[in-house]
Amino acid sequence: MSTQTTTPDVVLQIDNLESYYGPIMAIRGVSLKVHDGQIVTVLGANGAGKTTLLKTISGVMDPEKGTVSMEGTQIQSMEADAIVRRGIVHVPEGREIFPLMTVAENIAMGAYTRKDRTAIAADEEMVYAYFPILKDRRTQRAGTMSGGQQQMLAIARGLMSRPKLMLLDEPSLGLSPLLTQEIFEIIVRLNKEQKVTMMLVEQNAKVALDAADYGYVMELGRIVMNDTAEVLAASKDIQEFYLGVSQDENQRGQRRWKQRKTWR
Amino acid sequence: MDFLQLILSGLANGCVYGLIALGFVLIYKATEAVNFAQGDFMMLGAFVCIGFTNHEYMGLNFWLAVPLSILVMGALGYLFNWGILRHMFGQSQTSIVILTIAMGFIIRFLAGAIWSHEPTSLEIPFAGQEVRSGGLVLGIDEVLIVVVTAFLTLAFFLFFSRTRIGLAMQAASQNQLAAYYMGIPVRRVHSLVWGLSGMTAAVAGILFASKGAIDPSTGLLGIKAFAAAAIGGFGSLPGALLGGLIIGLVEPLASRYGPPGVSQIAPYAILLLVLIFRPGGIFSQTQRKKV
Ligand SMILES: Nc1ncnc2c1ncn2[C@@H]1O[C@H](COP(=O)(O)OP(=O)(O)OP(=O)(O)O)[C@@H](O)[C@H]1O
Ligand SMILES: [Mg+2]
Repeated sequence: MSTQTTTPDVVLQIDNLESYYGPIMAIRGVSLKVHDGQIVTVLGANGAGKTTLLKTISGVMDPEKGTVSMEGTQIQSMEADAIVRRGIVHVPEGREIFPLMTVAENIAMGAYTRKDRTAIAADEEMVYAYFPILKDRRTQRAGTMSGGQQQMLAIARGLMSRPKLMLLDEPSLGLSPLLTQEIFEIIVRLNKEQKVTMMLVEQNAKVALDAADYGYVMELGRIVMNDTAEVLAASKDIQEFYLGVSQDENQRGQRRWKQRKTWR
Repeated sequence: MDFLQLILSGLANGCVYGLIALGFVLIYKATEAVNFAQGDFMMLGAFVCIGFTNHEYMGLNFWLAVPLSILVMGALGYLFNWGILRHMFGQSQTSIVILTIAMGFIIRFLAGAIWSHEPTSLEIPFAGQEVRSGGLVLGIDEVLIVVVTAFLTLAFFLFFSRTRIGLAMQAASQNQLAAYYMGIPVRRVHSLVWGLSGMTAAVAGILFASKGAIDPSTGLLGIKAFAAAAIGGFGSLPGALLGGLIIGLVEPLASRYGPPGVSQIAPYAILLLVLIFRPGGIFSQTQRKKV
């Protein structure tokens, strides 16, 4: 890990972060950096603390210790709405849409922190261009959409705040491999075309490392490994524990989707 | 003719119940707390208006006193949440409910201390006037109640479906966590909902006091409004109004045509029937689980 301090292109820097649920320590001294324009992934098994980390960044949880800095400003004690205004949006695990509102209303709520109507209207068109299915379903109640459509809606709604940094919590959760592929392609396009820096939490290490530039591995609230996505994808540990590929099976060249399921 | 007047006065009562029920539902939907002081808020709203406009108090013009009372009650609702309830965030619902019950006692005591426990009438400019059309003679107060409630219903509908803050209230009630993620200041929205329900209580109180004397214990009819809210489904604004109207209509009809005393228990009998046959209330939004 590089030891340099804040450089201009660091969007998010976290130092020695600790977060608790009552007496339970869920984040145990996490430090990491996200550079402008990158896709950074955080991998880890169930209960590793990935969601808690994102919640602490987006301000719905306050850390006990440590700092979260966005572009050099400490934000760890700010309210969630102030953090959204600063340009960090959290697309939560399990979609969490507004079920009784229409798709269009959900998307409009994403722009809650903004006032510039013409720009909002333009961004709605932009979002619908990335997710045409949402345009077709504009007047449908969001709660009646399929899981994959709700995931797209959650990302689209997050985009409407015009974030610099998007925190994506397990976008592949419960989706078919095909739809996962599709959503990750859109995530990469958004990163390139709309210049949205991404912090991507995943259990599906394969797709996450394919999309990411850099990766961290979390275990029991700590970062236990970090490197570029290529190095991580090639590492033996990652292959065994997170890609569900053990050596002999790898020789047979079969896809180990069953094993992948056990840690999901 | 007589029957029509009976219906109208039932409707007028029902509108008041409906408006109090609306206050219950607003707060319940947004914060999942039940404000058992809603009826007392209604009573207080009426007394605040009496304080502004009656001659033995400030003697302000009625049409000035009404918006002033609505504002005062809105501010009280907002401050109640901001100053007290907000600090109980994360406590069990039971303790919040008990707090609102205690609040009701305090409001009743204060109202009695300030305006006495004697029945008091609101001085209204149109007292005793009537609307005549055909052979019908209708009290203007009752007509006004129905008209104002209809207007308020429309205003609520537009507020929740068109305005930014109204949509934010809806969003926060449907998914609080997601509302936080979207940058909606959820706690302020909760305070605003309390303010809104204080304002609704003031309107209900003024309407109620425009057709008869009130005293500090009048707020206890909030229990009936609670039944109205439950009949309507407790999560539905139109349901609250409908529940209020049902109770308001059944009461006079039951006392006219039913055996003596039945009109007092009619609201709760209906509540029981609704809960047995449609446990989620008439307007329940959740699909019933099979088995
Ligand atoms: N609301 C809560 N109250 C108490 N403990 C919690 C709460 N939420 C999470 N935890 C605990 O904190 C730890 C980290 O949870 P977290 O949700 O961050 O894990 P995760 O890495 O996101 O897991 P998953 O991949 O299953 O989503 C777990 O041990 C979990 O049991
Ligand atoms: Mg998680």
